[in-house]
Amino acid sequence: MRIRLRYSKLGKIRFTSHRDVARIWERTVRRAALPVARTEGFASRPRMHFGLALSTGYESTAEYLDLDLAEPDAASVDLTLLAEQLTDLLPAGLSVDAVGQLSPGAVSLQQAVTSCTWRLELPGMTAAQARGEVQRLLAAPSLVVTRERKGQPVTDDLRPALLGLSVEVGPQGLTVLEAELATQPRGVRPAELMALFDPPCPDPIELGGRVCRTHQWIGDDGARREPLTASDATSPAHAEVRAS
Amino acid sequence: MNDLWPQLEPLLAKVQKPARYIGLEEGSIRPEHGPGKVSWLLIYPDTYEVGLPNQGLQILYEILNERADAVAERTYAPWVDLEALLRARGLPLFSVDTHRPAGQFDLLAFNLSAELVYTNVLNCIDLAGVPVRVADRRPEHPLVIAGGHCTYNPEPLADFLDAVVLGDGEEVVGEITELVGEWKASGRTEGSREQLLRELSKVPGVYVPSMYEVSYAGRELVAVTPRYPDVPERVEKRTIADLADWPYPKRQLVPLTEVVHDRLNVEVFRGCTRGCRFCQAGMITRPVRERPAAQVRRMIADGLRRTGYDEVALTSLSTADYSGIEDLVRDVIDDAPGGQPVSVSLPSLRVDAFTVGVASEIQRSKRTGLTFAPEAGTWRLRQVINKLIREEDLYAAVESAYSQGWRRVKLYFLTGLPTETDVDTLGIAELARNVVRIGRTYSKQASATVSVGGFVPKPFTPFQWFGQNTVAELQRKIGLLRDATRRDRGVQLKWHDPKASLIEGLASRGDRRLGPVIEEVWRKGGTFQEWSERFNHDLWVETMAAHGLDIDWYVHRHRDEHEVLPWEHLSAGLHRDFLWQDWRDALAEQGLPDCRWTPCYDCGACTGYSIEHIVASAVPPAGGSQGTWQDLDSGGEVPVTLLSGRASGVGGR
Repeated sequence: MRIRLRYSKLGKIRFTSHRDVARIWERTVRRAALPVARTEGFASRPRMHFGLALSTGYESTAEYLDLDLAEPDAASVDLTLLAEQLTDLLPAGLSVDAVGQLSPGAVSLQQAVTSCTWRLELPGMTAAQARGEVQRLLAAPSLVVTRERKGQPVTDDLRPALLGLSVEVGPQGLTVLEAELATQPRGVRPAELMALFDPPCPDPIELGGRVCRTHQWIGDDGARREPLTASDATSPAHAEVRAS
Repeated sequence: MNDLWPQLEPLLAKVQKPARYIGLEEGSIRPEHGPGKVSWLLIYPDTYEVGLPNQGLQILYEILNERADAVAERTYAPWVDLEALLRARGLPLFSVDTHRPAGQFDLLAFNLSAELVYTNVLNCIDLAGVPVRVADRRPEHPLVIAGGHCTYNPEPLADFLDAVVLGDGEEVVGEITELVGEWKASGRTEGSREQLLRELSKVPGVYVPSMYEVSYAGRELVAVTPRYPDVPERVEKRTIADLADWPYPKRQLVPLTEVVHDRLNVEVFRGCTRGCRFCQAGMITRPVRERPAAQVRRMIADGLRRTGYDEVALTSLSTADYSGIEDLVRDVIDDAPGGQPVSVSLPSLRVDAFTVGVASEIQRSKRTGLTFAPEAGTWRLRQVINKLIREEDLYAAVESAYSQGWRRVKLYFLTGLPTETDVDTLGIAELARNVVRIGRTYSKQASATVSVGGFVPKPFTPFQWFGQNTVAELQRKIGLLRDATRRDRGVQLKWHDPKASLIEGLASRGDRRLGPVIEEVWRKGGTFQEWSERFNHDLWVETMAAHGLDIDWYVHRHRDEHEVLPWEHLSAGLHRDFLWQDWRDALAEQGLPDCRWTPCYDCGACTGYSIEHIVASAVPPAGGSQGTWQDLDSGGEVPVTLLSGRASGVGGR
């Protein structure tokens, strides 16, 4: 039986890496005594499937993890209690917000997710400046960037990956950019988006701003849905836990 | 302003591995500070990855936080990228638990596990906003103290440390807390700091360098004497009598990011009486105090359940010597929570105690790396260093390992040992070749990794009088081994940089005159010297010369019986006569059996403190040659070249 967890990563713990979080999860499922299936072979590992990596330093309220539970013990796991049980065992700042059972044959997270919505705080930039940049980027027919890959210059047009950009004024008058960015075929990371500004902006987290992934989306013939929808979830509590 | 976190956040976005600085580990504590509480900042002066697993620091962290009159937090040396950002913004060193400025603690307490971190100690004191020199500190500054193995010769750091603790810290931290508490309650008035230091100097196990006068005659050290009549002439180490009374850490820290030794660690015994003459840890931590097996089992079962680790290390200086080790390993694997696989690692293995039984128990779950430490290439030299394992013991041990499915073993050796000849050095290659040959009978891929370290003589060992090999001599010996193993495809040779061994040797047996050298190397940016990419040999050599100090005299010179050593006013319990006799026995190629299983030879460690070995088994582990009175009497003549005069240059004969 495969289950999917939606979890948040907020506060100080955002400075752990994707690999760190994977190790934290391995220890946490062992502590919870969850009957996670294991891979075959000499170096047997628990069957856990992580979604898109979250850059070190970014927060998220929309991380996902799939777990294969071993039969027959899987039946003994009460999915309605699991979110709370795991959150109690996780370090401050990591919390499970929803748990659902996946239908057999569900596509892996990495393949299925097509875009993410990000919330970027932009210290030192007025809302008007940010709106101007957003209009310029959205009006551009193409946004070609060149980067080095294996010693060869590679050019990409990032414009198709900018699915939606909007600016609002957040708490304490901070300018907040909400961006929906594609993850495939050529994904755009928040830092790359900021580098498209004129003049290019550094990653907002280096200026003391927060960057938070608020949604991951599975594009489905023009429509979009989240990897774990409310109807899948057995515990829809979306607690706004803020780490110390 | 007690929480620097808001100012640190933007900096952490710019540095490597920022998770080092966030705290939040399972087992970490966010203590409540208050006027009635003495606040300790426990500092490991190396990176978080190296320092976090340190058991000594974690033990004291728990013991102090359990006290009503103390709080303790932790920090580690910030890597150079964060240090630069902190300095650029005028921010101080901070605790990882509550991100409190280091200068707001009552004590900065360093763990000194290695000599090459000394410049980091100065850097941390400075980053805390505290004058690096004792003489410049005022009542408002924290007390700067240190513990750990390097404190058995703290003289090179005497200018920078207010006080130093010798030996086990479990009890003495309470006594220090009480005195510092009184100081705090008295308002830390002008002159009170000196009064506190004087009181501290009377606490057994506490050494206050500024309470002692050092006199020289030319280069020679003449005496280290107390300045006041109530300050003890000799400072004895502290020893806890029974490990069973101290089941710490109870809540081992589980880091959120990768660290060395990232596993549950449970100390199964403290102290070692094997009597390896090069080994400072074995000499200074006597006697042997085993933890009861039932307590070990309980600590492991609780620890695995609480942490989620799937690996446990049974730590000690020689874990295979633990009474009933086979039964313990079997029980640990049987106890594993939920029947999940748990791997057991035994970090310090003596080959003569590593049997098929132990091997087969370990490999029932995941196989961990196996390291054996024969230390020297020939039986003759192993008698000199008192590592009394025969080649047959080594071959039997690796056969046990390879036959139980291991494909690779690690072998650890020292080079530059007293009386070492090229025959001994090349014996290392010979042993390694034979080990691989045995392995090949079980698997075509069998291999052995051979690590060679340059020997650095340490205080309170029989080799404290020995002149360390020069860099050139160590390099020559490593070259011999490279040539000898080049064509052995199963043997991989690794070695420690001889230049780093030189600077370790300098600090290991140096005196107070090295203080200005350490300070200047630090001021010139020489931090993280134990990191090969940061180590700066030339800076040390140039600074020594600039201060008119002779590296040869400090490092490569043999000492004679009557020389006053810089640590003569300190004591690890070992009688000087015992050490000198053991040095003579070494040169006579005479082994000395383990006193756990043979009559006492009065080294002083037990009798001096009215304590005893605590071992569950009165017989040595099976398969060993030590303690069984085998052929230890085949000693030779003492080579006089090592004992008399001032042999210059390299050791050996």
